Amino acid sequence: MDPSTEIVRLVVNGQSREVGVPTHFTLLEALRYVLGLTGTKQGCDKGDCGACTVIVDGEPVLACLTPVWEAEGREVTTVEGLAGPEGIHALQDCFDLHGAAQCGFCTPGILCSAAALLAGNPSPTREEIREAIAGNLCRCTGYAKIYDAVEAAALRTGGPQG
Amino acid sequence: MADSLIGQGIRRVEDPVLLTGRGLFVDDVHRPGMLHAHFLRSDFAHGIIGSIDASAARAHPGVVAVYTADDLGDYWAKGPLLVPPPPIEGLVFNEATAGPLARGKVRHVGEPLAMVIAESRYVAEDAAAHIVVDVEPLPAVVDIERSLDPEAPLIHEELGTNLAARVGQSKGDYAAAAGGAHLVVKRRFTYDRGVSGAMENRGIVADWDPVSEKLTVWDTTQAPIPIRNGLARLLGLMESQVRVVAPFIGGGFGPKIMMFYPEEVLVPWIAMKLGRPVKWIEDRQESFFSTTQERGQVHEAELAVDAEGRILGVRDVFIHDTGAYDPYGLTVPINAQCTLLGPYEVPSYESEFTVVFTNKTTVTPVRGAGRQHGVFVMERLLDFAAAELGIDRVEIRRRNYVPAGSFPFNHKVLFQDFADLVYDSGDYLPALDRAVEMIGYEDFVKGGQAAARAEGRHLGMGVVSYVEGTGIGPYEGARVTVEPSGIVRVATGVGTQGQGHFTTFAQLVGDVLGVGVDRIRVTTGDTGEFNWGTGTFASRGIVVAGNACWEAARMVRAKVLALASKRWGVAESELELVDGSVRVAGDPGRSMELGRLAVEANPLRGAVTPGMEPGLEATAYFGPASGATASGVHAMIVEVDPDTAMVEILKYVVVHDCGEVVNPVIVEGQIHGGVAHGIGNAFYEQLVYDDDGQLLNASFMDYLIPTATDVPSIETAHVVTPSPLNPLGVKGVGEAGSIPTGAAFAQAVQDALGSGAPDVCEIPLSPNRLWEIMEVAARSGARPGHAEGGAS
Repeated sequence: MDPSTEIVRLVVNGQSREVGVPTHFTLLEALRYVLGLTGTKQGCDKGDCGACTVIVDGEPVLACLTPVWEAEGREVTTVEGLAGPEGIHALQDCFDLHGAAQCGFCTPGILCSAAALLAGNPSPTREEIREAIAGNLCRCTGYAKIYDAVEAAALRTGGPQG
Repeated sequence: MADSLIGQGIRRVEDPVLLTGRGLFVDDVHRPGMLHAHFLRSDFAHGIIGSIDASAARAHPGVVAVYTADDLGDYWAKGPLLVPPPPIEGLVFNEATAGPLARGKVRHVGEPLAMVIAESRYVAEDAAAHIVVDVEPLPAVVDIERSLDPEAPLIHEELGTNLAARVGQSKGDYAAAAGGAHLVVKRRFTYDRGVSGAMENRGIVADWDPVSEKLTVWDTTQAPIPIRNGLARLLGLMESQVRVVAPFIGGGFGPKIMMFYPEEVLVPWIAMKLGRPVKWIEDRQESFFSTTQERGQVHEAELAVDAEGRILGVRDVFIHDTGAYDPYGLTVPINAQCTLLGPYEVPSYESEFTVVFTNKTTVTPVRGAGRQHGVFVMERLLDFAAAELGIDRVEIRRRNYVPAGSFPFNHKVLFQDFADLVYDSGDYLPALDRAVEMIGYEDFVKGGQAAARAEGRHLGMGVVSYVEGTGIGPYEGARVTVEPSGIVRVATGVGTQGQGHFTTFAQLVGDVLGVGVDRIRVTTGDTGEFNWGTGTFASRGIVVAGNACWEAARMVRAKVLALASKRWGVAESELELVDGSVRVAGDPGRSMELGRLAVEANPLRGAVTPGMEPGLEATAYFGPASGATASGVHAMIVEVDPDTAMVEILKYVVVHDCGEVVNPVIVEGQIHGGVAHGIGNAFYEQLVYDDDGQLLNASFMDYLIPTATDVPSIETAHVVTPSPLNPLGVKGVGEAGSIPTGAAFAQAVQDALGSGAPDVCEIPLSPNRLWEIMEVAARSGARPGHAEGGAS
């Protein structure tokens, strides 16, 4: 093994994982190339596009800019972990229902941004939804159906609108 | 049929995979023992290569091989000319395609000079930094209007000119029309260059298996079958030895159909040579330099009209920037030339374009593919003519539409598919009326705009029309198979980059066979499954591949009916296909699942009747004689902030005709995405090059594409004129949304600036640029906030 490899303990999608990674690896590389969680995408590797967004301790985080050791011991949720024991996340169902995904490349990151939003704000306004996903670029959809899907998921999970 | 699957906005069958992160994209492919490629690219836009010393890189730990052009031996060859020039009299075309690694000269920043293969991408990039490249820089040709200057340096010396092509097309007598016209408006229009901006960069993984002697290539291509055919030829393999898979692709928008990119030529070759899998994934910055681009054109155009605003003729002379090479022929400028005519009767047309080489990234089609330039020029000319004649801008369009009863309508110029530009069907007035109603045109021009202005708000409206030639040939094919399990397998050659083909093709097949889409598995873009076809381009998936799927399903249906009819001794007309079974109508006792029938049709004993084929399978091809013409009207209201020149889009309306709609949710999504792309182009997307040909904004931090806060909600409505050129009556929709957006945006901004403002004749209209235009307006007393402006 490469001498600069170290062991990092991550809690990914509810499971405690120990991974041996080169010290320079980002969280994105650890997820994709060590843990095989390829649902999280690399679109720019510079923090400009949002495709690599995952949820760390409840906050949306750009995995391509996060050194893997910064995630040590923290709760990481990726698109693969959005579903719960009762099935897929309401967002995933509503993205399907409203046609909010096209090529699907930016979608995992957008789902994570939206899931983090709904976890902290169960009844967001459309403006809050737009702001929450403003860091996620999508070239296919024009975003409108994404707003619709997030709104629908919020209605389903957030109870009465505040 | 009330319960037809066609026309239903059903959920996409690919979504459960994509929404849970299980979709396989090229960068998700990992092979044991895989090596990584990195390309050293030119820092200079133009220069003579003196020497390349890769010895230090070769000695770098972890490096397996380094190749320059000289190391490629006989494998170095210039790429093919993908689309030859059309047979137009007097046409001049100078071909210049690129080799896989630069030899002798570099002609744009980012042109590949060397390929490094290493145990990791990190090592490959580190090693590339040790390659010593001696390039003697030459002055760069950047400004497309200076490319043909006598003192401009030659980009391809062997051609003796920077002229790539010159093409004239005309009909009628424009000079006479202009001579007799009540008014001739003449303007200069510019449309600048941008990127396609797919969220997934390009990439390729190649794996040679020496035991089976087969090469598997995962490639982010829109055209896997031509890539397979070309690779087989290049590598000296049989086509059956090469399998090219275009799995889920993270957006295409045109550039992913360029064939071949250098990496597509080199990575499979090196994988075979080294006997190890090799992966190359483009990074975002190199995508800005090495993935093809589009949009740079300058038009000098004029429109001749009579006193009532009826078009007498158009003259357009334009320059098109092809970048450093011209492998895609003339598709983009021909599209601009033809699409300019739009939904209008234009009795005389004189159009000449000049294609020039520049020291910039090569130009090939990007969503819209030149069509937006033509629409922009024509729509703006109509706006200026309407303003000068005092005719309402909606009315001038109404007066010039091709009438509903005149289809097929032949414009008598040659289109990109080498056939006459013939509109198969259309009905433009209802779309215009609907858009005008939806955007609230009457209220706006009769008071809404003035009322807003009285409150200090500067609103403007744009209403524009366009047509789009879609769904051109040559052909696509599909195979439909009923498996013993009853699952229906559909395979077609086109690749998919998010258009929902897995769903729409399943709807077409399911509708014919009476099978739910949950029991249909569609494979696209895998030459191991289907290997005849061309690819996904020109908004042609649903038209060409869709009709092939539908026809193959009909052939399977015919087999089912023949077998069941024989089995039960009933007429075929008494049979129905429902819920995955064939049955005698009204007789539940005589029903059989299609899977069981498929097994019966493929017996182990007995005989298959002469004339019948075993199993329930059929392959069909569809090749339309010419394209299906989509059309539409876009309308928008913008608000311009007079202090910052920031533009906000308040309302956006699209009325669109793409013929019969297979899945309205998917169609709407295609339109939304196109509009967002168009808004980016119209508003701020611009590749900025300095005088040395250096790109100054090669990241998504510096090159803006629309974000969630920039794109308005978009209201859509449909007009349906079925295409008579295909059995389903469908027309393409993939590029539609992006085509008229610039024209609508410019008209709306002009309207908001008010009378007396300078003409808005360029795209993009960034706040910076708009502020400059407004400053000119202010000096002439017409700047918003300074003048009493009415609608222009």
